Amino acid sequence: MSLMTPTSPEASRHTGPYLQVEDLRVHFETDDGTVKSVDGLSFAVEKGKTLGIVGESGSGKSVTSMAVMGLHTSKNARISGSIKVDGQELVGAPIDVVRRLRGQKMAMIFQDPLSAMHPYYTVGNQIVEAYRIHNDVSKKAARAHAIDMLDRVGIPSPRDRVDAYPHQFSGGMRQRAMIAMALSCDPSLLIADEPTTALDVTVQAQILDLIRDLQREFHSAVVIITHDLGVVAELADDIVVMYAGRKAEHGSAEQLFGEPQHPYAWGLLGSMPRFDRPPTERLLPIKGTPPSLINVPEGCAFNPRCEFSSRVPGERCVTDRPEALDAGGGHRVACHLPTAQRRQIWADEIAPRLA
Amino acid sequence: MNDAAPLLEVEDLVKHFPVKGRGLLQRATQAVQAVDGVSFSVRRGETFSIVGESGCGKSTTARLVTRLLAPTSGTVRLDGKDISTLPERQLRPLRRDVQMIFQDPYSSLNPRHTVGKIVGAPFRLQDVEPEGGRKRAVQELLSLVGLSPEHYNRYPHEFSGGQRQRIGIARTLALKPKLIVADEPVSALDVSIQAQVVNLLEDLQDELGLTYVMIAHDLSVVRHVSDRVAVMYLGKIVEVADRDDLYEHPRHPYTAAMLSAVPVPDTRRRTERERIRLQGDVPSPIDPPPGCRFHTRCWKATEVCRTEEPPLVQIGPAPGHLAACHHPEEK
Amino acid sequence: MILYIIRRLLAAVGLVVVLSMITFAIFYLMPRLAGASPETLATRYVGRSSTGATVEQRAESLGFYDPVPVQYWNWLKGVLFGTDVSTGADTVRCPAPCLGYSFKTQDPVLPEILDRLPVSFSLAIGAAVIWLVLGVSIGVLSALKRGSFFDRAAMTLALAGVSLPIFWTGLLALSIFSYQLGWTPPGGSYTPFSESPLDWAFALLLPWVTLALLFSAQYARLTRAGMLETMSEDYIRTARAKGLPERTVVAKHGLRGALTPIVTIFGLDFGLLIGSAVLTESVFGLPGLGALAVDSTRNNDLPMVLGVVLLVAVFVAVANLVVDLLYAVIDPRVRTR
Repeated sequence: MSLMTPTSPEASRHTGPYLQVEDLRVHFETDDGTVKSVDGLSFAVEKGKTLGIVGESGSGKSVTSMAVMGLHTSKNARISGSIKVDGQELVGAPIDVVRRLRGQKMAMIFQDPLSAMHPYYTVGNQIVEAYRIHNDVSKKAARAHAIDMLDRVGIPSPRDRVDAYPHQFSGGMRQRAMIAMALSCDPSLLIADEPTTALDVTVQAQILDLIRDLQREFHSAVVIITHDLGVVAELADDIVVMYAGRKAEHGSAEQLFGEPQHPYAWGLLGSMPRFDRPPTERLLPIKGTPPSLINVPEGCAFNPRCEFSSRVPGERCVTDRPEALDAGGGHRVACHLPTAQRRQIWADEIAPRLA
Repeated sequence: MNDAAPLLEVEDLVKHFPVKGRGLLQRATQAVQAVDGVSFSVRRGETFSIVGESGCGKSTTARLVTRLLAPTSGTVRLDGKDISTLPERQLRPLRRDVQMIFQDPYSSLNPRHTVGKIVGAPFRLQDVEPEGGRKRAVQELLSLVGLSPEHYNRYPHEFSGGQRQRIGIARTLALKPKLIVADEPVSALDVSIQAQVVNLLEDLQDELGLTYVMIAHDLSVVRHVSDRVAVMYLGKIVEVADRDDLYEHPRHPYTAAMLSAVPVPDTRRRTERERIRLQGDVPSPIDPPPGCRFHTRCWKATEVCRTEEPPLVQIGPAPGHLAACHHPEEK
Repeated sequence: MILYIIRRLLAAVGLVVVLSMITFAIFYLMPRLAGASPETLATRYVGRSSTGATVEQRAESLGFYDPVPVQYWNWLKGVLFGTDVSTGADTVRCPAPCLGYSFKTQDPVLPEILDRLPVSFSLAIGAAVIWLVLGVSIGVLSALKRGSFFDRAAMTLALAGVSLPIFWTGLLALSIFSYQLGWTPPGGSYTPFSESPLDWAFALLLPWVTLALLFSAQYARLTRAGMLETMSEDYIRTARAKGLPERTVVAKHGLRGALTPIVTIFGLDFGLLIGSAVLTESVFGLPGLGALAVDSTRNNDLPMVLGVVLLVAVFVAVANLVVDLLYAVIDPRVRTR
């Protein structure tokens, strides 16, 4: 199969998840030691579905997305495990093979559209460039395509705006243009790394709507990476909660918001002032700070901050690293507490506290 | 001094930043109307928040209140005393009474100074000798904000973002200010750390009777911490009310739209919630729309909105609920 | 955009006027302040053997008795409209732009300067081409292979290049390539481009390389720093995410971003170099402006020095103008506010 010819989503030969990540490890060698940014992460996304990856800074969520795109250029990065896009293995694949997939089968949008677009080239020029790498078309045809893309992401009078420079756009318009650029080759996988963090709330709502609409239209697999539980609740079908480079909890959005089972997820929910509930007196923060990725705690990485580790018999939280095991219905939780006990704690102690 | 009187009174505050013209001489014929006639008052011991989207003028307002900027016109009265026209050298006493907390805990602390020096700086600058000596005072401040007194000789880079923000807060508390203006104090922090700092600010308020003016864009955090909230749009306050009134019965369409746009961490809400989606972008503050500044994006706008600027007046039964709208929401 | 150009143009003219005032003040006001009388200044025009009366007459005709601002005004008028100069017996018309007459040779300044200009210009332009190509490519490679052996070696050499004085490298090059190996013509040979481009280039090769070596080092370091910064920009990540080949990422997205500071420095360097490649010109015996400036200063030939300085000022101002315009070409944010 030639990688240079555009493939329509239907033409893909592979069945099963469009993106499949298994036991992904991304380690960086530094003078201070090995930074284990991602340490054994697995997930899968099917076409037409959205996966949300949630975590705080240093949880490894952005490193994961860069690894999928093959964008870790540092010589110090060591990547192992498996990343399959449309059935094709990317880990260990030649640089040029991964490069040809970028932009064509998988595309990415970034947090700050002002710095993510080149200030010296027009918006149209940058979209044309993205389109023409993977499609052998004339400049004129590519330009027409760029105008069409700008129109589809809701930029008014795209025929004029195509020749504008990024600084002449507002923040929201820039993010729309960024999305137009990412979607120009009709990729089946879209990774959005904090796509609305730099935007105001009313513009954020517009962009989230746009991503949702475009996903339906393009029937693509979407990975949305964010620190904002509200954003994933809006968009995601499945959610991975990451902590210190590993998966803490993984389940459907309904499972995660309906009955979260990991103490870290409880902590996150308690830390957030709830907009949809009556105001509370105090927030319930997680004690301490996230660990250094050079020196991740033994056993469960969350144990020094966990309120419930004392309820686990023995020293297991300090000695054994919990695996993300199925707690029923595909809801995976990496915690030594037995499932029944976690459900009990959620129902009796956590849920009432949050209400 | 009268305790019932407001601590801070802001009246018709205006700040225009001249911009270079396009002509040959680049004379400043236009101005960014960052703040354009803003009035509000803050009572002792309350938390008054100003929310709005980027470019609405909320941060400029904060800098005017603390006199980091001089207003173009209007008055700012602290404890009844007009501080808006004080010349630079008479601002020193003001710097004791009004302190500011900044957003970025990384750039607001001098990396070459120890924590002790940073937190003790206000004593040095104002030539204050606290009881028991400066070092002890600094160590007390450190424990007040939840840091260890042993951190005295460490440097900022040894601390995490949340801890740095605590150092910044300790510094603002050194001179027992009457008013603390916090500009996005938690928005650079991770969620779990945000909650710690929010709680700390609330504890300090209870303990020390502090008055806060909070500038923020996160509507959930604002609802949690505030007693009263003002909403700004393009340099003007469009609505101000008690927290619960504002969040439960927003009167200005812009407030309603903003509130409905906040994503909520609950999947059931995806379908239940009624959403108002605003079209387009905020117009340029150099050339704001005539009449009501929101009319270009408002679904309720009529002819009167395009020509007549609505005054900020009492709307509805709740006392002190003001909105500037020709067609306020009825709910 | 047109307004932008006009604004820059006016600024450039203003700059030249201010520079001419300063130069004038230095060369006409300073001797006065140091105690020189109009007569001593005028002596230089008539020769030491003349009588006091001729000297006074000469001083009078040259306007040395006038206050300095008036003298400046007269000089400026000469520059703008030309002037009549009496050499004692007859009056000579000195057409605009008249920069005065040499104290030493009694010849008009301008033709002498214009005579020298092609030499300096040839020297500067050839060296500039070499140092830009060499410096920028080494800088880019160094940045892309940061920490590699190439990077370290290049940067060590660059440091050496910056610190080595030109009279040393120049003389070394001359003695090896000209006198020992005989590959290049000896110092002091210069053929105008119009006569024989080949001989022109051949004669200038050593001066070019010597001069370029000094500047390449500086430009390599500058380019490396600029590239390191731009290559870590978000838009580079975006370019890679599009699937662009690394070559395109570096050349189209990286280098373009790193170019601005290089253009700035280049404009200034080039403008200045026209009149200040003194060392290179003396070492290789080239009859350029720098050599003229040195000779004139040694001879107290004030009008000649003033002329050279003014011309260099014009070049710097023009170079600055070109840089400003280039900015607008490179960075659309300058063009379209």
